[in-house]
Amino acid sequence: MKNNVEVKNISFSYGKTQILKDLSLDIKEGEFMVLLGPSGCGKTTLLNCIAGLLDLSDGQIWIEDDNVTWKEPKDRHIGMVFQSYALYPSMTVEKNLSFGLRMMNTPKNIINEKIAKAANLLQINELLKRKPSQLSGGQRQRVAIGRALVRDAKVFLFDEPLSNLDAKLRAELRYEIKRLHRDLSNTMIYVTHDQIEAMTLADRISVMKDGLIQQLDTPKQIYNKPANLFVAGFIGSPSMNFLNAKFDKSNQKIIFGKKQIDISKYESINNLTSDQEVVFGIRPENINIEKNEHSIHCKVELVEPMGADTLVWTSVEGNPISIRLEGSSNYNLNDEINISFDIKKSSIFDSKSEERI
Amino acid sequence: MRSIPAGPRPKHLTIGRIGLYCFIFVCAIFFLMPLYVMIITSLKDMDEIRAANILNLPKELSFYSWPKAWSQACTGFVCEGLKPGFFNSVKITVPSVIVSVGLSALNGYALAFWRFKGAYLFFGLCLFGAFIPYQVMVYPLLKIEDALGIYSTLPGIILVHTIFGMPILTLIFRNFYASLPIDLFKAARIDGGNFVKIFIYVIIPMSTPITIVAVILQVTGIWNDFLLGLVFAGRDNQPMTVQLNNIVQVDYGVAEYNVDMSATILTSLVPLFVYFISGRWFVRGIAAGAIKG
Repeated sequence: MKNNVEVKNISFSYGKTQILKDLSLDIKEGEFMVLLGPSGCGKTTLLNCIAGLLDLSDGQIWIEDDNVTWKEPKDRHIGMVFQSYALYPSMTVEKNLSFGLRMMNTPKNIINEKIAKAANLLQINELLKRKPSQLSGGQRQRVAIGRALVRDAKVFLFDEPLSNLDAKLRAELRYEIKRLHRDLSNTMIYVTHDQIEAMTLADRISVMKDGLIQQLDTPKQIYNKPANLFVAGFIGSPSMNFLNAKFDKSNQKIIFGKKQIDISKYESINNLTSDQEVVFGIRPENINIEKNEHSIHCKVELVEPMGADTLVWTSVEGNPISIRLEGSSNYNLNDEINISFDIKKSSIFDSKSEERI
Repeated sequence: MRSIPAGPRPKHLTIGRIGLYCFIFVCAIFFLMPLYVMIITSLKDMDEIRAANILNLPKELSFYSWPKAWSQACTGFVCEGLKPGFFNSVKITVPSVIVSVGLSALNGYALAFWRFKGAYLFFGLCLFGAFIPYQVMVYPLLKIEDALGIYSTLPGIILVHTIFGMPILTLIFRNFYASLPIDLFKAARIDGGNFVKIFIYVIIPMSTPITIVAVILQVTGIWNDFLLGLVFAGRDNQPMTVQLNNIVQVDYGVAEYNVDMSATILTSLVPLFVYFISGRWFVRGIAAGAIKG
């Protein structure tokens, strides 16, 4: 499949602060790409650069084999949805939707046709005559999405569109956006700091930090095989448990404090060198409470029932460990438990480079 | 019996409250007194005024001073009252307000959204310009207008008012626009707006509150102006304030205090009217920092 959007070695500086550093990213046609990262990682800056709202310091941006680096936002065939909705407060919903088309002198009958189509798709027919101030947050964001839709954009850009909504609406609109992508199969670039949105929506996620892409892969890969310590810690809630340890090559074990874990089943164990300092990472759902020859004895320190599942907190050698169990499981404070790790699903990182081994 | 706290807290008139009300009352008297004197004096005839009971109500209402002030009182050698001055002031104020507010809105928009190189320096200069006493610039401006051939003409005085109004107006428009969500501007750029289209279709419709503030500031400022009108307007375009001065400052004959009072009230009617109808809008405009779309 050919690339729809190509970001070629772009840099962006704001004053003396360099926000994006020699960043490249190819987005395939029809792909749903999520840019994920903590605030200040440059994801919104990257999106604004693609939209043409910020001028690059270096590099190029291509949209559909067209070098748009120096083109105005309006000439890039994009639609954009903002966190703050950015609806024109003085115009009705209908005028908001048609604004872009009117600016391009589109004939009236075509405008009406396109508005009707978008309004149907987003179920906002009833709202067309209202002003944005008379709409709820969810309705406003629907209208904002509609405004991007009517423009027949080649690429849709979303800048944290759901962050201003409450949890229930967020889930609803997330579903809606996913459905929209399924039906329209346009290229979409979506910025968020919410990993659930990223996991559920994306074909591929690019996890960013400090203006650099840390990992670019499918949600599954990113969750199961995080490329480095940052990605491992950022993705997943509650986050991955980490233990600082040392590798004992002869026994194929890692040692931390007085405890040892047999990691002979770890896939790339051969890449580990003797006495290497490592960080052992394991997700809460990959820890089992069971007694066997490898299990570690500890005490329940806190229980967080979350309905569908229950989170049990304990600690091993002073490191807090969370364990995700079924919702029906019943543990109490100070219960004695034995835990074992599913080594095949664990991640091991070099403690200096923080890269996955 | 002591009541148990429940429901709304009972209202007490505290010493502080009483003091506050007294203070407000005294202030009101202080500011209303001159207005009272002006109105009753304008309704007295000269005999009664000579009796010098300045605070007494008129024994007999006489309205003759009002039409006289409007159309017969003498300003210098002409005796046409304030009427020509009123229309001169209208001719000066209306175009000056429209031009200065319009240009300042455009300036503020450019400064807030299109951050050109040196925008901050320009903004700083505006800020500085807003606080320069304009007496400093009167003579240089006079020479410039003379060279341009518009000194002592209607366009001349309009230009002067526009120039002096723009720094402060640009400032308030810029600050208002800077408080609007920047995403709106971004959305408009993606939707195909250029510099002019975004200003006309997106920004102007949102500018109502701040435009009202700017218009009030300019209308009262220009209407009340005396110095610039005297220097730049020329004999044919003297604004109402200058004519009022000429009526009041008589070198010969009798000072007709009732006519003076009527003339003064007539001159102040426009700013008074503007404040009364727009007070609500003024407060709303000043407080319009946080507009949500």
